[in-house]
Parts: sequence; structure tokens; C-alpha cells
Amino acid sequence: MSRFLLQRLIESLLVLWLMSFLVYLLIGLMPGDPIDLMISADPNLSSADAQRLREIYGLDQPLFSRYWAWLTSALSGDLGYSRLFNRPVEDILFPRLGNTLLLMSCALILALVIALPLGVAAARRPGSFLDVAVNLGAFAGASLPSFWLAILLILLFAVTLGWLPAGGTGQEGLVERLRHLILPVVALSIASVAGLLRHVRASVREALRQDWVRTARAKGLSEGQVVYGHVLRNAMIPVITILALELGTLFGGALITETVFAWLGMGKTIYDAIIGNDFNLALIGLLLATATVLLANLLADLVYAWLDPRIDFR
Amino acid sequence: MSAPHELAASSSAASAAGLPPRRLAWQRFIAHPAALPSLLLLLALALGALAAPFVEGLLGVDATRADLFGRYEAPSSAHPLGKDELGRDLLVRLLYGGRVSLGVGLTAALAAMVIGSLVGVIAGYFGGSLDAFLMRLADTIIALPLLPLLIVLAAVDLGKLGMPPALVQSEMASFWQIVVLIALFGWTTVARLVRGSVMSLKRREFVRAAEALGAGPWRIMLRHLLPNALSPILVATTLSVGNVILLESVLSFLGLGIQPPLPSWGNMLSGAQETLWAAPRLAIWPGILIFATVIAFNFLGDALQDAVDPRAPRGA
Repeated sequence: MSRFLLQRLIESLLVLWLMSFLVYLLIGLMPGDPIDLMISADPNLSSADAQRLREIYGLDQPLFSRYWAWLTSALSGDLGYSRLFNRPVEDILFPRLGNTLLLMSCALILALVIALPLGVAAARRPGSFLDVAVNLGAFAGASLPSFWLAILLILLFAVTLGWLPAGGTGQEGLVERLRHLILPVVALSIASVAGLLRHVRASVREALRQDWVRTARAKGLSEGQVVYGHVLRNAMIPVITILALELGTLFGGALITETVFAWLGMGKTIYDAIIGNDFNLALIGLLLATATVLLANLLADLVYAWLDPRIDFR
Repeated sequence: MSAPHELAASSSAASAAGLPPRRLAWQRFIAHPAALPSLLLLLALALGALAAPFVEGLLGVDATRADLFGRYEAPSSAHPLGKDELGRDLLVRLLYGGRVSLGVGLTAALAAMVIGSLVGVIAGYFGGSLDAFLMRLADTIIALPLLPLLIVLAAVDLGKLGMPPALVQSEMASFWQIVVLIALFGWTTVARLVRGSVMSLKRREFVRAAEALGAGPWRIMLRHLLPNALSPILVATTLSVGNVILLESVLSFLGLGIQPPLPSWGNMLSGAQETLWAAPRLAIWPGILIFATVIAFNFLGDALQDAVDPRAPRGA
């Protein structure tokens, strides 16, 4: 078990390292380099001066040595300065990572609260009105562009009804923050609700077909005990895995939702950094996002092993 | 396409109902309640997109010309859906946008299908360390945060990759950039499915017979293995078209996908938040078309699943 964990940990670190090189390479391929940005700030700069600046900042060095210099300084704790905010990258990113995690966990909880009971109820009565409605709802949720849903929510609740703010993170007081949280959480959770509904419904249905369900019924357990004591526990095993994979999707969704609602989280920061040529911020932001998703996958494997003792990890 | 062994394998099921297998599959497909409406909807959208220049001529408008005196003009008989924030006819722009959005969806899904089929058949047939490497690669791609990565890749300056300026500045450059990007990340599902089918198929007698007759590995993979793994490929590809359209729309919405003036349903929504107060219908129509197209492709994939795999429980 610990060997398996160690192996997965090393693999994740390897992926993270490869990703850091890939993203470093890609960011170099984006329009404009730091010196171009300096030139735009000072139009009198001659091209010879620009060349000298490139040499001073090491931009004339080959890609690998630049990457190596960045990697060693980043590993020693110097993540660089954000061009947009004129502050160290870590000062910008970590508070915003908190905002994103708040948004994501609320959305995930909402998705579970909706999808679990509905999915189980639908699976218990195949072909019923509820089952058909749940299936249709899951299809619709999975086909809805989340940014469009966000726009529709703004149109209805902010523009037409005026009940909730159209965007922003909200500063003062708990009530104000919660009011700002509602629309982004709803917009973000719909896709997860749809995905979870399908998986819960399918896996509960599958579990209900097993022989031990008949045994449980035969020994006189009530239907509730059968469903919640036996079926649900077994049906949850595949759902947990989906849930962890869902985190990666949720992170992408958070980027969209945060951008539409101007929610000051990681996703919006990464997007703004890429659009605004803030290379240091974009690089670290993307790596932090990758690390979060990899960690979630690792966690899923652990929970999976813990839930299902049949799985052997050697 | 229908090699003799394929017919032999399913002949028992066919004779049970006295119908050829393809008719049976069609019957199961059409029995899905959403199959026919989805098919008709997609056909209508495709026809509309193809007929865009015709509609443009019929209405006597020019969808590319801005008319700053007619901004946000309400629907009228001359402009059935009204005008957008630059005074262009909304209906005709939606039809042209359909060409781009459907075009990206179909092209990228097909490209991903080809890559995935090849990777899957190679991994499944050769096995060993090649298989381990390819499947590890697929796992890694699945584990990456797709959207942030696509945003970085879509922001890449094609000129810096050494592409000729004429190509970079052409109107279709952003179209092909998105297609290539999505195909590069979208092949994993098909690859896994094909690998799974090939692993079981390659032990079957007809493959052994072909090997004994001296067929080379490519002939076996392309003529004997892939055609028999066609059903899962077809279902997965149909389902992926919807996802590709969603990805394209969000990238274009964020300003990193299809670049204006080329319209796509996604980039028609990128100004929607600003125009929400002036003309909400500009935010409604492109979204409805994206939603309808994606759900139709998802239903179609579900119906195809029923058609090719009668044992699978409905809707599961």
C-alpha cells in the first residue's frame, strides 16, 4: 500500500515537472515577450537598446538554460513578480486559491445534495416519471454551456429581478459574501449535477441487480435498510472515483464561472494573467492548478482503496 | 465494411427476428424516443448553415457589414431576429456561425477519432511496453486540467512557431488552430475503447487465420481489427462532437478561439455580458443553438449506443 502510494506520488511529481517545462515553453510562444512590453512603455527605445535589455535579462539565452534558471529560483522559493499587480506571485495566488476552493467545495456539496437523492430515487423506480425526468435533466445539464447558463442567471436574477449581484467577490460581512456566492455556485454546479446524476443512477441500478440485494431482502431487511445500508455503500465506490475526476472538470468550470462573475479566484487570475502577458503569474497559476488536480486524483485512488478492500495494490 | 466474420458472428441474432443485423440496429436506434427529433434538428441546422449565403441574398443583407445606425435594431420582417451590437443581421450571422461551430465540432471530433483509433489499435495489437507507454500518456492527458491548458495553447502565437504570416493572418487560422488543439487532447477516450476491443479481438480465430495467411501487422490492424471495433468508435465520436462544440464555444467566448470577424456561436456571446442590458436576445439565440446542437448530438450518441449494443440497459 505505501509502495503504491510512493509510486503514484513520484509519478505525479514527474507529471508536474513535465508540465512546468511544457507551460514554460508555451508561454514563450505567446505573443510578445517582457522586452516587447518594456518597449511599448518607452517608445524611444532603440532596437540596439532592446537587444541589450534582452541580454541583461537573459532572454537571449537558449530555452533550456532559461528554463533551468527559472526552475532553480522557483524551487528556492522565488516565484517572481506579477507584472499586472507589481507584487510577488505568491501574494496574489494563495488568497485567490482560497476563493476558488470555497467556490468549488460549495458547488461540489450542492451537486452531491441534489444528485445523490435524485439519482437513487430514479434508480429505484426504472421507467417511472421521475426516472425519465432525471435522465432528461442529466442530458440537459451536460449539454448546457456553463458560461451561457451564467449569463442567463445574471439576466434573470441580477438584471430583471435585481435580487442578487451580477458579479464580484463581495467584501463586507458574511451576508454580502454569501449573496455574491449564490449565482457562481449554481452556475458551476450544474455540469457536476448532470455528471453525478448519470453515474449515481447507473451504479445504483447495477448494485440493485446483485445477488446480495436479494439476500438482504430475503432476510427481512426493510427496503430503506437495503438501499441505504447495502446498495448505496457499494454503489458509491465508482461514484467516488468519478467525483475525483470531476475535480479537474470543476477547475476548468471555475475558470469560466469566475471570469463571467468577476470572482477573484485562481481561474480568473490565470485567465487575466494569460490575456495580460503576466508570464510569472500565469506559469505558477497553471502549475498550482495542475498540482491541485493531480492531488485530487491521488486522493481518489486512496479513498477507492479504503472503500473497496477487494482492490489489491501490489 | 461488413467482413464475412462480422456477419457470421451476429447471424444468430439476426435469424431470430428474420431481419438483417443492420435493419435490427436501425430499429433499435429509431426506438430511442429522442433519436428522430435529434437527427431532424441536426439536419435542419446543417441545412441552415449551408444555406447561409442563400438566406443572406434572400434578405438582401450583408452579414459582414457593420451598420452603426442600426445597432440593436429590433426584429422586423427585413431582419427576422433583429441586429447585433454592430448593426449586423443576427439571423444570417447565426447561420454563418453555425458553419464554423458545426465545422469545428465535426472536424475536430473526426480528427480525434482517427488519432484515437490508430493509438488504440497499435497499443492493443502490439501490447508490451509500447502499450504501457501509450496508455500512460493517455492517463496523463486525462489527469491534466484541460481548459487552462487549452487557453494557453490557444493563446500561442502561430507566427512564433515559424508559420508563414499569410497563413497566420488568414481568416481560417483560428479555426484550424482550435481543431488541432482539441484533436490533440480529445483522442484518449476512443484510444482506450479501441484498445479494449482489440485486446479481445486479436485472440479470435479470424485474426489468427489472417496471421497464418501471412498478413502483415498493418493489414491486420486496419482491415481486420479496426472494422470490428467500429461500433464503440462511432458512439464515442458522436458523443464527443457535443463536447467539442462546448469547448470551442467557451474558448471563443473567452476571446481565444475563433477570432472575429469570423462568427461562431461562442464568440457571438463574448460581448453578451455588456449587451445584456440593451438587447438580451443577443445573449439568448447563440446559446440556444449551442445547447440544442450539443443535446442533439448527446441524444444521438445515446441512441447509437442502444443500436449497437442491445444488451446495455437503456440510458445507463
